[in-house]
Amino acid sequence: MAEEVKLIGLSMSMFVIRVKIALNLKGVKYENLEETFGSKSEVLLKSNPIYKKIPVLIHNGKTICESMIIVQYVDDVWSGAGPSIVPSDPFDAAMARFWSYYIDDKWFPAYGEVMKGQTREAKIEAAKEAIAKLQPLEEVFQKQSKGKDFFGGDTIGYLDIALGCYLGWIKAAEKLTGLEFFDKSETPLLAAWAECFYSNDAVKCIMPDVDEFVEFAIKIQAKLNA
Amino acid sequence: MANEEVKLYGMTLSPFVLRVEWALKLKHIEYEYVNEDLKNKSPQLLHYNPVHKQVPVLVHNGKPICESTLILEYIDDVWKTSCPLLPSDPHEKAVARFWAKFAEEKCLHSSFDVISNAGEELQKAVEELQQNLKTLEGYLQGKKFFGGDIIGLVDIVAGWIPCWLPMIEELVGVTIVDEEHLPLIKAWMHDILELDVVKKTMPPLDKTAAHMKAIRENVLAAKST
Repeated sequence: MAEEVKLIGLSMSMFVIRVKIALNLKGVKYENLEETFGSKSEVLLKSNPIYKKIPVLIHNGKTICESMIIVQYVDDVWSGAGPSIVPSDPFDAAMARFWSYYIDDKWFPAYGEVMKGQTREAKIEAAKEAIAKLQPLEEVFQKQSKGKDFFGGDTIGYLDIALGCYLGWIKAAEKLTGLEFFDKSETPLLAAWAECFYSNDAVKCIMPDVDEFVEFAIKIQAKLNA
Repeated sequence: MANEEVKLYGMTLSPFVLRVEWALKLKHIEYEYVNEDLKNKSPQLLHYNPVHKQVPVLVHNGKPICESTLILEYIDDVWKTSCPLLPSDPHEKAVARFWAKFAEEKCLHSSFDVISNAGEELQKAVEELQQNLKTLEGYLQGKKFFGGDIIGLVDIVAGWIPCWLPMIEELVGVTIVDEEHLPLIKAWMHDILELDVVKKTMPPLDKTAAHMKAIRENVLAAKST
């Protein structure tokens, strides 16, 4: 059956990046429908009337919303292709989901304060808080990776995608504050993981340059201050 | 399954714990219930949930799983053969997860706003909750339960509605769900309350109402200082 896969998104969005990585891991060809920052297309409003947000995956006419729900859907549908994204062991799957929630609910708002910071000093203070909140993930990586390169083991998995999607934005924050989010002495495993993830084939082809994230961050800040 | 050790750390008045109990009972899983005093949390709870220090925590053969919706998915993953909580079709599964998230993020959170406000703010909170429930109602169209003929993940996650919402309505003195505006939700609430698993696990209404009243009074008092 001819598959029709479309992804409504924005290249700078970490949530859209999640879905692109999942699709790339599975070797799925898709049509990228790029939204314009600041406005929402008819297609987006029609396909996600509840939240009106990206990403939205449209697969043979059926829509799926919410980034990690889409990632799980991609893993389910193309289960025979590429690596498994959600761990097959139920406990490992629960751990991956737990820490994915932590990243979005606890860590991301702390990171958001960096971008909202009006001065460099404010950004630095907020970044220190965000860096501290990453600390627990060092031990999580040690347990989940079982000595391999990723949270998912040999290949990128659910938790890698949940955290790794933020790497471009993290690098932008590092440029704006001069701080390192993954200190090689404090969190050596995460530092090594970040390099591995960022240079992975499924990631590097869709991750914008750091300078683009920095430019976008400045644009968002201007919008917040307006 | 033989030699399974399942413990549930919970608190009788918690809707999050109740969800997990429903899932365990629906799947006929034997478990030990450990009641926590949240003002004096046990060392075991703090050990099993060091990040959030909250109930519920499911401990299965010594391994802890936290966060109620995650516990529900875990239970569904491990005990696959009876009473599936999620559909097997990938798209239907994704849709169910979407609505479970909506019920949690929009409906449950609006209900907190209702409990925590009075006057004009209360009215706004009630309207928002009603709008969110109306949106959720769309997923019920043509079905007895969100899960279809039998309850599923979304019914369980939204299960606080039939159990807690009538108490909230009485507490704030406002009708939130009525037959005219939310007919399907009203019917669904009735059908949920008829289920054996729900009847057997209903929280003590007087204690729950008193607990909710105390929360509301504290929040309103804090707002007025």
